[in-house]
Amino acid sequence: MKALISAVVAGLIFGVGLVVSGMSDPTKVRGFLDFFGAWDESLAFVMLGAISVHLPYSRWLTRRAKPRFAAAFSVPPPKPIDRSLVIGSALFGLGWGVTGYCPAPAIVSSTSSMAALLSLVSMVGGLWLHEWWAGKRRIARRLSPAALPDATQP
Amino acid sequence: MTSISWFNSLIGGAAIGVAASILLAFNGRVAGVSGIVTGLLRPHANDWAWRAAFVFGLLAAGTFMLTGAQTHTPGLSPARLLLLVPAGLITGFGARLGGGCTSGHGVCGLSRLSVRSLVATLTFIAAGALSVLLTRYFAGAQG
Repeated sequence: MKALISAVVAGLIFGVGLVVSGMSDPTKVRGFLDFFGAWDESLAFVMLGAISVHLPYSRWLTRRAKPRFAAAFSVPPPKPIDRSLVIGSALFGLGWGVTGYCPAPAIVSSTSSMAALLSLVSMVGGLWLHEWWAGKRRIARRLSPAALPDATQP
Repeated sequence: MTSISWFNSLIGGAAIGVAASILLAFNGRVAGVSGIVTGLLRPHANDWAWRAAFVFGLLAAGTFMLTGAQTHTPGLSPARLLLLVPAGLITGFGARLGGGCTSGHGVCGLSRLSVRSLVATLTFIAAGALSVLLTRYFAGAQG
Protein backbone atom coordinates (compact mmCIF):
# COMPACT_ATOMS: atom_id res chain seq x y z
CA MET A 1 0.00 0.00 0.00
CA LYS A 2 2.82 2.40 0.92
CA ALA A 3 4.47 1.60 -2.40
CA LEU A 4 1.29 2.62 -4.19
CA ILE A 5 1.16 5.97 -2.38
CA SER A 6 4.76 6.80 -3.30
CA ALA A 7 4.04 5.86 -6.93
CA VAL A 8 0.96 8.12 -7.05
CA VAL A 9 2.93 11.00 -5.49
CA ALA A 10 5.76 10.49 -8.00
CA GLY A 11 3.23 10.49 -10.86
CA LEU A 12 1.56 13.64 -9.55
CA ILE A 13 4.80 15.59 -9.18
CA PHE A 14 6.00 14.30 -12.55
CA GLY A 15 2.76 15.49 -14.16
CA VAL A 16 2.90 18.91 -12.48
CA GLY A 17 6.50 19.25 -13.67
CA LEU A 18 5.50 18.44 -17.24
CA VAL A 19 2.76 21.11 -17.23
CA VAL A 20 4.87 23.79 -15.49
CA SER A 21 7.84 23.18 -17.76
CA GLY A 22 5.83 23.45 -20.98
CA MET A 23 6.45 19.83 -22.02
CA SER A 24 2.69 19.17 -22.10
CA ASP A 25 2.22 21.81 -24.81
CA PRO A 26 2.79 20.17 -28.21
CA THR A 27 3.23 23.51 -29.98
CA LYS A 28 6.09 24.32 -27.64
CA VAL A 29 7.62 20.87 -28.10
CA ARG A 30 7.53 21.27 -31.86
CA GLY A 31 9.09 24.72 -31.40
CA PHE A 32 11.94 23.10 -29.47
CA LEU A 33 12.47 20.63 -32.31
CA ASP A 34 12.33 23.38 -34.93
CA PHE A 35 16.08 23.90 -35.26
CA PHE A 36 15.72 25.23 -38.79
CA GLY A 37 12.93 27.68 -38.00
CA ALA A 38 12.02 29.80 -34.97
CA TRP A 39 13.86 27.58 -32.48
CA ASP A 40 12.51 27.81 -28.92
CA GLU A 41 15.37 26.62 -26.73
CA SER A 42 13.55 26.74 -23.38
CA LEU A 43 12.67 23.03 -23.23
CA ALA A 44 16.37 22.19 -23.09
CA PHE A 45 16.14 23.54 -19.54
CA VAL A 46 13.64 20.81 -18.64
CA MET A 47 16.30 18.16 -19.13
CA LEU A 48 18.87 20.34 -17.38
CA GLY A 49 16.56 20.85 -14.37
CA ALA A 50 15.60 17.18 -14.15
CA ILE A 51 19.14 15.86 -14.48
CA SER A 52 20.61 18.34 -12.00
CA VAL A 53 18.26 16.93 -9.36
CA HIS A 54 18.16 13.27 -10.36
CA LEU A 55 21.82 12.65 -11.18
CA PRO A 56 23.35 13.50 -7.77
CA TYR A 57 20.43 12.04 -5.83
CA SER A 58 20.28 8.74 -7.71
CA ARG A 59 24.06 8.31 -7.40
CA TRP A 60 23.86 8.76 -3.65
CA LEU A 61 20.72 6.64 -3.42
CA THR A 62 21.77 3.55 -5.33
CA ARG A 63 24.77 3.19 -3.04
CA ARG A 64 22.29 2.38 -0.29
CA ALA A 65 21.22 -1.23 0.23
CA LYS A 66 17.68 -1.08 -1.08
CA PRO A 67 14.70 1.17 -1.81
CA ARG A 68 12.28 1.98 1.00
CA PHE A 69 9.24 -0.05 -0.12
CA ALA A 70 10.79 -2.64 -2.44
CA ALA A 71 13.25 -5.53 -2.16
CA ALA A 72 15.80 -4.13 -4.61
CA PHE A 73 16.49 -1.45 -7.19
CA SER A 74 15.29 -2.43 -10.68
CA VAL A 75 17.74 -0.49 -12.82
CA PRO A 76 18.05 -1.53 -16.48
CA PRO A 77 20.99 -3.90 -17.05
CA PRO A 78 23.80 -2.64 -19.29
CA LYS A 79 23.10 -3.35 -22.95
CA PRO A 80 25.10 -2.67 -26.10
CA ILE A 81 24.46 0.25 -28.42
CA ASP A 82 22.83 -1.63 -31.29
CA ARG A 83 20.68 -1.18 -34.34
CA SER A 84 17.43 -1.52 -32.37
CA LEU A 85 18.40 1.39 -30.13
CA VAL A 86 19.11 3.72 -33.03
CA ILE A 87 16.21 2.66 -35.28
CA GLY A 88 13.77 2.66 -32.38
CA SER A 89 14.85 6.10 -31.19
CA ALA A 90 14.66 7.45 -34.74
CA LEU A 91 11.10 6.14 -35.17
CA PHE A 92 10.17 7.54 -31.79
CA GLY A 93 11.57 10.96 -32.73
CA LEU A 94 9.79 11.01 -36.09
CA GLY A 95 6.45 10.35 -34.41
CA TRP A 96 7.18 12.77 -31.56
CA GLY A 97 7.87 15.57 -34.04
CA VAL A 98 4.51 15.08 -35.75
CA THR A 99 2.28 14.98 -32.67
CA GLY A 100 4.41 17.01 -30.27
CA TYR A 101 3.58 14.37 -27.66
CA CYS A 102 5.89 11.84 -26.11
CA PRO A 103 4.27 9.25 -23.80
CA ALA A 104 4.18 11.12 -20.45
CA PRO A 105 2.79 14.43 -21.78
CA ALA A 106 0.25 12.49 -23.86
CA ILE A 107 -1.04 10.88 -20.64
CA VAL A 108 -1.06 14.21 -18.79
CA SER A 109 -2.97 16.03 -21.54
CA SER A 110 -5.27 13.15 -22.50
CA THR A 111 -8.13 14.32 -20.26
CA SER A 112 -8.09 17.86 -21.66
CA SER A 113 -7.12 17.49 -25.32
CA MET A 114 -8.64 15.31 -28.03
CA ALA A 115 -5.36 15.33 -29.97
CA ALA A 116 -3.48 14.12 -26.90
CA LEU A 117 -5.99 11.35 -26.29
CA LEU A 118 -5.79 10.21 -29.92
CA SER A 119 -1.98 10.32 -29.78
CA LEU A 120 -1.97 8.38 -26.51
CA VAL A 121 -4.28 5.64 -27.75
CA SER A 122 -2.14 5.29 -30.89
CA MET A 123 1.04 5.21 -28.80
CA VAL A 124 -0.33 2.46 -26.58
CA GLY A 125 -1.21 0.65 -29.82
CA GLY A 126 2.44 1.04 -30.86
CA LEU A 127 3.68 -0.29 -27.52
CA TRP A 128 1.35 -3.27 -27.83
CA LEU A 129 2.42 -3.85 -31.44
CA HIS A 130 6.04 -4.02 -30.32
CA GLU A 131 5.20 -6.46 -27.52
CA TRP A 132 3.44 -8.69 -30.06
CA TRP A 133 6.22 -8.39 -32.65
CA ALA A 134 9.02 -8.96 -30.13
CA GLY A 135 7.16 -12.00 -28.79
CA LYS A 136 6.80 -13.46 -32.28
CA ARG A 137 10.45 -12.81 -32.99
CA ARG A 138 11.48 -14.61 -29.82
CA ILE A 139 9.39 -17.65 -30.76
CA ALA A 140 10.72 -17.66 -34.33
CA ARG A 141 14.27 -17.56 -33.02
CA ARG A 142 13.62 -20.43 -30.64
CA LEU A 143 12.11 -22.61 -33.39
CA SER A 144 14.62 -21.83 -36.11
CA PRO A 145 17.45 -24.41 -36.40
CA ALA A 146 19.84 -21.56 -37.25
CA ALA A 147 19.20 -19.97 -33.89
CA LEU A 148 22.32 -21.34 -32.28
CA PRO A 149 24.44 -19.08 -30.09
CA ASP A 150 26.52 -17.78 -33.02
CA ALA A 151 23.47 -16.89 -35.12
CA THR A 152 21.50 -14.83 -32.65
CA GLN A 153 22.38 -11.51 -34.24
CA PRO A 154 20.11 -10.63 -37.15
CA MET B 1 7.11 32.86 -28.07
CA THR B 2 4.85 31.74 -25.27
CA SER B 3 4.54 32.97 -21.71
CA ILE B 4 6.33 29.92 -20.36
CA SER B 5 9.95 30.94 -20.09
CA TRP B 6 13.11 28.94 -19.68
CA PHE B 7 12.81 29.55 -15.93
CA ASN B 8 9.50 27.68 -15.78
CA SER B 9 11.12 24.92 -17.81
CA LEU B 10 13.97 24.69 -15.34
CA ILE B 11 11.63 24.57 -12.32
CA GLY B 12 9.29 22.08 -14.02
CA GLY B 13 12.32 20.01 -14.99
CA ALA B 14 13.52 19.99 -11.38
CA ALA B 15 10.08 18.72 -10.31
CA ILE B 16 10.43 15.88 -12.84
CA GLY B 17 13.83 15.12 -11.30
CA VAL B 18 12.25 15.03 -7.82
CA ALA B 19 9.50 12.70 -9.06
CA ALA B 20 12.01 10.33 -10.68
CA SER B 21 14.00 10.38 -7.43
CA ILE B 22 10.93 9.53 -5.33
CA LEU B 23 10.08 6.58 -7.58
CA LEU B 24 13.64 5.30 -7.33
CA ALA B 25 13.99 5.90 -3.59
CA PHE B 26 10.70 4.33 -2.53
CA ASN B 27 9.79 1.89 -5.32
CA GLY B 28 13.27 1.19 -6.66
CA ARG B 29 11.98 1.87 -10.16
CA VAL B 30 13.18 3.95 -13.07
CA ALA B 31 10.68 6.61 -14.20
CA GLY B 32 10.62 5.57 -17.85
CA VAL B 33 7.04 6.22 -18.83
CA SER B 34 6.87 4.06 -21.98
CA GLY B 35 8.29 1.15 -20.00
CA ILE B 36 5.86 1.72 -17.13
CA VAL B 37 2.88 1.69 -19.52
CA THR B 38 4.17 -1.37 -21.39
CA GLY B 39 4.18 -3.28 -18.11
CA LEU B 40 0.44 -2.62 -17.90
CA LEU B 41 -0.04 -4.42 -21.23
CA ARG B 42 1.39 -7.70 -19.95
CA PRO B 43 -1.51 -9.83 -18.78
CA HIS B 44 0.48 -12.14 -16.50
CA ALA B 45 2.57 -9.43 -14.86
CA ASN B 46 2.30 -9.27 -11.08
CA ASP B 47 3.67 -5.73 -10.71
CA TRP B 48 0.98 -3.69 -12.39
CA ALA B 49 -0.30 -1.91 -9.25
CA TRP B 50 2.55 0.62 -8.82
CA ARG B 51 2.49 1.25 -12.59
CA ALA B 52 -1.23 2.00 -12.54
CA ALA B 53 -0.69 4.23 -9.47
CA PHE B 54 2.00 6.25 -11.25
CA VAL B 55 -0.13 6.67 -14.39
CA PHE B 56 -3.06 7.68 -12.19
CA GLY B 57 -0.86 10.40 -10.67
CA LEU B 58 0.02 11.71 -14.13
CA LEU B 59 -3.63 11.74 -15.17
CA ALA B 60 -4.71 13.48 -11.97
CA ALA B 61 -2.05 16.19 -12.33
CA GLY B 62 -3.09 16.85 -15.92
CA THR B 63 -6.78 16.86 -15.13
CA PHE B 64 -6.39 19.37 -12.29
CA MET B 65 -3.98 21.67 -14.09
CA LEU B 66 -5.16 21.65 -17.68
CA THR B 67 -8.94 21.93 -17.53
CA GLY B 68 -9.76 24.65 -20.00
CA ALA B 69 -6.67 26.66 -19.04
CA GLN B 70 -4.72 25.62 -22.09
CA THR B 71 -6.29 24.90 -25.42
CA HIS B 72 -3.56 22.85 -26.99
CA THR B 73 -5.08 22.13 -30.32
CA PRO B 74 -6.32 25.27 -32.01
CA GLY B 75 -7.98 24.44 -35.30
CA LEU B 76 -6.69 20.94 -35.92
CA SER B 77 -7.77 19.88 -39.39
CA PRO B 78 -9.20 16.37 -39.84
CA ALA B 79 -6.16 15.51 -41.99
CA ARG B 80 -3.83 16.46 -39.17
CA LEU B 81 -5.92 14.54 -36.66
CA LEU B 82 -5.63 11.44 -38.87
CA LEU B 83 -1.88 11.96 -39.06
CA LEU B 84 -1.73 11.62 -35.27
CA VAL B 85 -2.62 7.92 -35.49
CA PRO B 86 0.36 6.62 -37.51
CA ALA B 87 2.61 9.12 -35.73
CA GLY B 88 1.45 7.85 -32.33
CA LEU B 89 1.93 4.24 -33.47
CA ILE B 90 5.57 4.77 -34.47
CA THR B 91 6.18 6.80 -31.30
CA GLY B 92 5.05 3.85 -29.19
CA PHE B 93 6.70 1.14 -31.29
CA GLY B 94 9.95 3.12 -31.52
CA ALA B 95 10.04 3.81 -27.79
CA ARG B 96 9.95 0.07 -27.03
CA LEU B 97 12.36 -0.91 -29.81
CA GLY B 98 14.79 1.76 -28.62
CA GLY B 99 14.29 0.72 -24.99
CA GLY B 100 12.92 4.03 -23.73
CA CYS B 101 11.50 7.46 -24.39
CA THR B 102 12.17 11.03 -23.33
CA SER B 103 11.85 10.21 -19.64
CA GLY B 104 13.62 6.84 -19.60
CA HIS B 105 16.58 7.79 -21.77
CA GLY B 106 16.50 11.60 -21.65
CA VAL B 107 16.16 12.01 -17.88
CA CYS B 108 16.87 8.74 -16.06
CA GLY B 109 19.41 7.27 -18.48
CA LEU B 110 21.39 10.49 -18.81
CA SER B 111 21.34 10.80 -15.01
CA ARG B 112 23.03 7.38 -14.87
CA LEU B 113 25.56 8.71 -17.41
CA SER B 114 24.55 5.92 -19.80
CA VAL B 115 26.17 6.29 -23.21
CA ARG B 116 23.35 4.22 -24.67
CA SER B 117 20.83 6.77 -23.44
CA LEU B 118 22.93 9.62 -24.81
CA VAL B 119 22.89 7.97 -28.24
CA ALA B 120 19.13 7.43 -27.99
CA THR B 121 18.48 11.02 -26.86
CA LEU B 122 20.57 12.59 -29.61
CA THR B 123 18.91 10.28 -32.15
CA PHE B 124 15.33 11.10 -31.17
CA ILE B 125 15.96 14.83 -30.96
CA ALA B 126 17.57 14.77 -34.43
CA ALA B 127 14.71 12.66 -35.83
CA GLY B 128 12.19 14.97 -34.17
CA ALA B 129 13.81 17.99 -35.79
CA LEU B 130 13.68 16.24 -39.17
CA SER B 131 10.06 15.36 -38.59
CA VAL B 132 9.09 18.95 -37.73
CA LEU B 133 10.92 20.12 -40.84
CA LEU B 134 9.10 17.58 -43.05
CA THR B 135 5.64 18.23 -41.62
CA ARG B 136 6.15 21.95 -42.19
CA TYR B 137 6.78 21.25 -45.88
CA PHE B 138 4.15 18.60 -46.58
CA ALA B 139 0.44 18.09 -46.03
CA GLY B 140 -0.18 21.65 -44.86
CA ALA B 141 0.60 20.57 -41.33
CA GLN B 142 1.37 23.90 -39.73
CA GLY B 143 1.94 24.53 -36.05
